Amino acid sequence: MSSIVSLKRVAKRYQRGKQTVEVLHSLDLEIEAGDFVALMGPSGSGKTTLLNLIGGLDRPSEGEVSVGGQRIDRLSGSALARFRARHIGFVFQFYNLMPMLSAQANVELPLLLTSLSAGKRHQHALTALQIVGLAERAKHKPAELSGGQAQRVAIARALVADPTLLVCDEPTGDLDRKTADEILGLLQLLNREHGKTIIMVTHDPKAAEYAKHILHMDKGTLAPQAVA
Amino acid sequence: MKYLPLLWASLWRKKLRTLFTALSIIIAFLLFGMLQGVNNAFNRTIELSNVNRLIVISKIALTESLPFSYTQQIESLPGVARVCYQSWFGSYYQDPKNFVFAFPVDPERMFEVYSEFKLPPEQLEAFKHTRSGAVVGADLAREYGWKIGDRVPLHSTIWTRKADGQSDWSFDIVGIYTVPSDRSQENQFFFQHEYFDEARAFARGTVGWFAVLIKDPNQAAAIGAAIDKLFANSQNETKAQTEKEFQMGFLKQIGDIQFIVTRILIAVFVALLFATGSTMTQSVRERIPELAVLKTLGFSDTRVLLLVLAEAVLLCLLSAAAGLALATALFPKLKNMLQVVELPAEVVFAGLGMALLLALAIGLPPAWRAMRLNIVDALAGR
Amino acid sequence: MLKQIIAVTGMNLRNLSQRLGVSLVIVIGIAVTVAVLVSVLAMSAGFNKTLANTGRPDRAIVLRGGSEAELSSTISRENTQTIIDAPGVRRDADGKPIASAEMVAIINLPLKTSGADANVTFRGVGGKLQVLRPELHIIEGRMFRPALREVIVGRAAQAQFKGLGLGSRIDMRGSQWTVVGVFESGGDAHESELMADIETALSAYRRNLFQSVTVMLESADTFKAYKDALTTDPTLSVDVKREPQYYAAQSKRLTELLNFLATWVGGIMALGAVFGTLNTMYSAVSSRQMEIATLRAIGFGATPVIVSVFVEALLLSLIGSLLGGLLAWLFFNGNVVNTLGSNFSQVVFRLTVTPALLGSGVSLALVVGLFGGLFPAIRAARLPIVEALRAQ
Repeated sequence: MSSIVSLKRVAKRYQRGKQTVEVLHSLDLEIEAGDFVALMGPSGSGKTTLLNLIGGLDRPSEGEVSVGGQRIDRLSGSALARFRARHIGFVFQFYNLMPMLSAQANVELPLLLTSLSAGKRHQHALTALQIVGLAERAKHKPAELSGGQAQRVAIARALVADPTLLVCDEPTGDLDRKTADEILGLLQLLNREHGKTIIMVTHDPKAAEYAKHILHMDKGTLAPQAVA
Repeated sequence: MKYLPLLWASLWRKKLRTLFTALSIIIAFLLFGMLQGVNNAFNRTIELSNVNRLIVISKIALTESLPFSYTQQIESLPGVARVCYQSWFGSYYQDPKNFVFAFPVDPERMFEVYSEFKLPPEQLEAFKHTRSGAVVGADLAREYGWKIGDRVPLHSTIWTRKADGQSDWSFDIVGIYTVPSDRSQENQFFFQHEYFDEARAFARGTVGWFAVLIKDPNQAAAIGAAIDKLFANSQNETKAQTEKEFQMGFLKQIGDIQFIVTRILIAVFVALLFATGSTMTQSVRERIPELAVLKTLGFSDTRVLLLVLAEAVLLCLLSAAAGLALATALFPKLKNMLQVVELPAEVVFAGLGMALLLALAIGLPPAWRAMRLNIVDALAGR
Repeated sequence: MLKQIIAVTGMNLRNLSQRLGVSLVIVIGIAVTVAVLVSVLAMSAGFNKTLANTGRPDRAIVLRGGSEAELSSTISRENTQTIIDAPGVRRDADGKPIASAEMVAIINLPLKTSGADANVTFRGVGGKLQVLRPELHIIEGRMFRPALREVIVGRAAQAQFKGLGLGSRIDMRGSQWTVVGVFESGGDAHESELMADIETALSAYRRNLFQSVTVMLESADTFKAYKDALTTDPTLSVDVKREPQYYAAQSKRLTELLNFLATWVGGIMALGAVFGTLNTMYSAVSSRQMEIATLRAIGFGATPVIVSVFVEALLLSLIGSLLGGLLAWLFFNGNVVNTLGSNFSQVVFRLTVTPALLGSGVSLALVVGLFGGLFPAIRAARLPIVEALRAQ
């Protein structure tokens, strides 16, 4: 199988006041299509930075980042935005739904960037909500949903444009064990049944167990790969 | 268009705040409509003035009368088509509050020189042949319920009658005129100069001023100069002006309305700019995480800028439209003060234009900020 | 309780600086409203002061019956004699009645500001002028001499119209008049006028009709007797009015218009300011949510919280109104404005920002503050403590 994500000698440095901090040091990573990777590591190890680079939210200071065969490390801001719209679905710890929009309207948001008709957008959003098992909550506002339900809506939003890659940052960090298991089960289902490639940052070992591979990060480098 | 639901929802994210902001904008544009409407009403008198007419008044002052005999002398000048004369009657109907703009005129000359005043031919004939006949504007007739055949008493604050020394004059209404091009002119009252001149106790053989119809508007200045030259160094020197100059001079005497109106509106809009600007900024500040999420979803920086800007435009335009609609509804209530029937369309368009400018002014800074927003920092809460 | 109120209010006001931007919305909104209101009212006050204060109760003005203003009045020479000789008119040391039969004409003079022609009152006055109007003083040059074409000009007229400097010549009816003096008369309407000897003026205008007669009464109380004497005289058809009453009627129309403008424009703007204040105070309450909830959790009552919201709203309104009043005063107080009075001629008046006007500006602002603070204060008091604490 070919690599869907490929990082070569990637370094990332930030300016913190007068100091320059290197968060990632010459990092190499390959993720194959259809994989479900959990990225673990202590706070400040660079997990989120790595995720941001893969998701096209940020650009590396050095090295190459390719996603779906496309080099994204030197793309312009607007090209990166187009890349995210087409290839990446994000799931965040705090769901980050638009509080004033209904679940369905939230899910529809990424489709506004496509040329789909209003009817098609509607239909796609409903399908995505069905996949996450929340079709009957389509008209509810985020404030009327439980944490688990809100995260399902967020996953539906990440799915709806059929992205190459799902990028999840601590998707269960704000949920209780039982709900977390449900969400992780849903991610697993998406990976197995729908062939979605998923990369998930977590510091919960139980969450990581749902993944096919676990990568450990420490101080800006990846520990040798281990199979779950 | 497909972003409209998103914009609408964002706008009403904080219902009270948006409501109050919208109300402030509505109020500002209500004021804009009313004040600009007043301003416009005054300018309109000037714009609608006829370029083919000169007004000839005494050089000393508008209130000084001129000899009747000037009529023929002015009319014999080359370039002059027709001359009519009027005088200030200064009258009211029943109560001093009911001021009536009444003028003694020559029926035929009057309606020839003021050709935009429309009077049915048979009524003009009746006017010519009825000594105490009067022709009134449609609006004036409506106001007091006058009909053709009514006998109407007017009390003049200036003119007494030779016969009894009294100031009460009565007239028989024989016609009702209309001015399709400017309905605010339909509030005047014309009666026979001949009848007036014979009956008045003093100043016989004089008229208040002349309106001169000229053949070629390009010759206005030359003909005006010729008229003034004709009477130079006489007892009664004249000042001939185009109707427009005359109106402008008159309005300037009332005071600089435009100046006052502009000052008030500038003050109102400065306050509005500040109030709506600060709520807009605040609202964008609160939504930074949401805007960052939109960006992660693949909304480009420019698109986010446009979304925020569009929100400001939507709010301002809708509220301004409501304010201007309110002004349109209320404006006719000022009729008695202004002699204007409705809020001119150009004021509404100017208002919408102002709203757009306002939206850009208050929307651009937060929109710019939203565009420059760094996703990684915003998501990390920095 | 009082201690609680002081503590909470003090804490709130100390934190006000952190909400400076939003708080400025109240201050600016109210400042603008008050500035507009005060300046329109100042115009009205100035006009009133000029016209309504013209004249004294022991002077009467006589016009032809039914004439509302001098310009439309005519009185024959023999009638003026009857009017002047009527009982009730005060007499000077020589036993002559103190009165002036006057002629009023209008002349065109260019405005200094725009150069546009304006109607200026030219008044022919009798020889008793200075006894009749003791408030009138020559402040520059000298009094006109009878039988010479000389005029004196009012201070306000000189300031507002071109060509009225001492020694300037004015053309009227083919005759030339020389400005020989400048007068003041307590800032009344006559200061917008030009005055000359009545007989010289009449002959220049080839008139033999007067417009009005002004007489000094023996006392303010003899007015009724004097009026009755004239109105019952079958040879006369005249209206007799006390001077203040006459001038107050002259100013009525414009004053009404200006008051209308002040009420409506000021009222609508005040409503707008209420909305701005509501917005700001709501956002102030929501930014204090945590603080308020904590205080309530500790055991503070609702009243101190409500008071603190009101104090904030009122304080900001007060600052705004003072700023607005100051702006109006700085920019407009003493500004000279002219308009067409009902005598068809220019009246020059000064905008007067009086303490009373400032007072009404401040009151309006406090009303706005009160309304603007009311609902947010209620919300602050009703804030559910637990939810507010959890929200952060």
